[in-house]
Amino acid sequence: MNDALLVVEDLKTYFPLKKGLFGQKTGEIRAVDGVSFHLRQGETLGIVGESGCGKSTTGRSILQLVRPSAGSVRFGGEELVSMPPAKLRGMRNQMQIIFQDPYASLNPRLTISTILAEALSVGEKGANPTEMRERVLALLQLVGLNPNHADRYPHEFSGGQRQRIGIARAIAARPKLIVADEPVSALDVSIQAQILNLLQDLQEELGLTYLFISHDLGVIKHISDRIAVMYLGRIVEIADKRRLFEQPMHPYTQALMSAVPIPNPNQKKERIVLGGDVPSPANPPAGCAFHPRCAQAMEICRRVRPQELEIEREHFVACHLYGSSEKER
Amino acid sequence: MNGNASQLEIADESRTSSPSRVAENQVAPPPVSYWLQVLKRLARNKTAMFGAVILLVFTIGCASAPLIAPYPIDEMNFKDRLMAPGSAHLLGTDDFGRDIFSRLLYGGRISLLTGLVTVTVASLIGVTLGVIAGYYRKVELYIMQVMDILLALPALLLAIAIIAVLGPGLTNAMIAIVIAVIPSYVRVVRAQVLSIREKEYIEAVRALGIRDRVILVKHILPNILSPIIVLMTLQFGTSILAAAALSFLGLGAQPPAPEWGAMVYVGKAFLGQAWWMSIFPGLAIMLVVLGFNLLGDGLRDALDPK
Repeated sequence: MNDALLVVEDLKTYFPLKKGLFGQKTGEIRAVDGVSFHLRQGETLGIVGESGCGKSTTGRSILQLVRPSAGSVRFGGEELVSMPPAKLRGMRNQMQIIFQDPYASLNPRLTISTILAEALSVGEKGANPTEMRERVLALLQLVGLNPNHADRYPHEFSGGQRQRIGIARAIAARPKLIVADEPVSALDVSIQAQILNLLQDLQEELGLTYLFISHDLGVIKHISDRIAVMYLGRIVEIADKRRLFEQPMHPYTQALMSAVPIPNPNQKKERIVLGGDVPSPANPPAGCAFHPRCAQAMEICRRVRPQELEIEREHFVACHLYGSSEKER
Repeated sequence: MNGNASQLEIADESRTSSPSRVAENQVAPPPVSYWLQVLKRLARNKTAMFGAVILLVFTIGCASAPLIAPYPIDEMNFKDRLMAPGSAHLLGTDDFGRDIFSRLLYGGRISLLTGLVTVTVASLIGVTLGVIAGYYRKVELYIMQVMDILLALPALLLAIAIIAVLGPGLTNAMIAIVIAVIPSYVRVVRAQVLSIREKEYIEAVRALGIRDRVILVKHILPNILSPIIVLMTLQFGTSILAAAALSFLGLGAQPPAPEWGAMVYVGKAFLGQAWWMSIFPGLAIMLVVLGFNLLGDGLRDALDPK
């Protein structure tokens, strides 16, 4: 863990539910409820989960775009959660974000060169206009766009092209960490592969570290080194990509994996179909959040929240089926 | 680029189809300026153009009043008092024998200037407050409570109350109108800012560590400009109408100033014998307000082509 670029410990982000004239707090949405993981320089950690499980909020909380309610986020050794806004602003260029919707992530009133120049000026101050122009053009080339299009407006580009512009903006600030929040979910499948490969090429070239958020297991499997599975604001399992796909331990992960289609019509496989819906994060179940839908739920699951357990090297599972709690079965 | 795409199962099929890649490199024709497009759409709108022509005629007429006006505004001629419209006096004369047409031209200057000043001042203050209320949630409640209180009173009644405190006169009437119309700017702008500030491109510049000031001016303001322009155009008419109403009530411009509202008021006493004293200034007010409303409606359509 010494070489970790990012260490997240017990991160919690709650959104208050307010009612009435003076906004009395009547409850809270536990979007992120005690998430811990670490991220090494140059690796890609995929976060996968259903919609509404807190994947995006986790990413935004790490970047302090949403200030977390509790917990710790250490980036390059510096604690971000308690950092005053002015100091945080100076560090922002080191961690960037790529958004899901390429149609909403670019200001429609600014040209591409204006958008990119602004991002470049954050990473490196004091460049004159000619230098800046050259860098914008170089940046466009780097992400596979035609530099002649620098003075066009976002609406003149296709979704894939816009996503490239979004990526260019993120790398312009010379970040170490990029949170990619479902960067390909809004794109055609054919474009998805191009964007994913672009992200991988850039990672190699620039030594980037990715936190890659997606609900698409195929995409996650393609790009990640390690994968964290989230359910209702918590990480239920985190492991090396191969381990997780070959030997999922948590019942929820097993159900997810059984839903991945196999490109072989003759191979029969058993699908675990989960009953019911994801519970509301405003009122999460006691104990293990997954117990109402878990086929293997036990008495203890209803009462005690399972702790993350390292069942083998770098493979953490939060489930009472494993480890010490097994005796109580 | 396509080095290891084959690892990705989902992309396998599509890699063989090249059209998608070609399509990715196609871009729309060279950019036409956004505002040029808006002007073109506006020019195609006949009612909006009608409004624009009305305003143009009034503006040119009032601006060149010293050249056009056949008589000085305060030249009294008791021989010709209460003369009906005719060849000597195009729109007739009033109870002091002053030429109504000349007075209308000069009075238009007061009305248009009143509109310009109130709209400019009110929009500057209103937009600033609206942007602050929309972007900084902590002060939102305080600003909006004050605005809601102001909005709860009818604008004209509020203006009359303010004049009761400040005293009658054109300047005080303008101050009263500004205060009365600010809430409508604040509400519109705040609502716009609230929707824009949640957009991902704002989050992106926040993630870059750009200062709030820059975000507001460079990224948010240009995106909420259209509704502000529409509102300003419509408020121009409303302000002129309010100023005329206040003058009619004797709270705004004072006679002998040739303010339209004041002229209607003076003419009221002679309505039976010299209808032209009230009708023509009233008509002028109506036409100008109509012009601004037609243009404002057209602008709204041109700026929001849905």
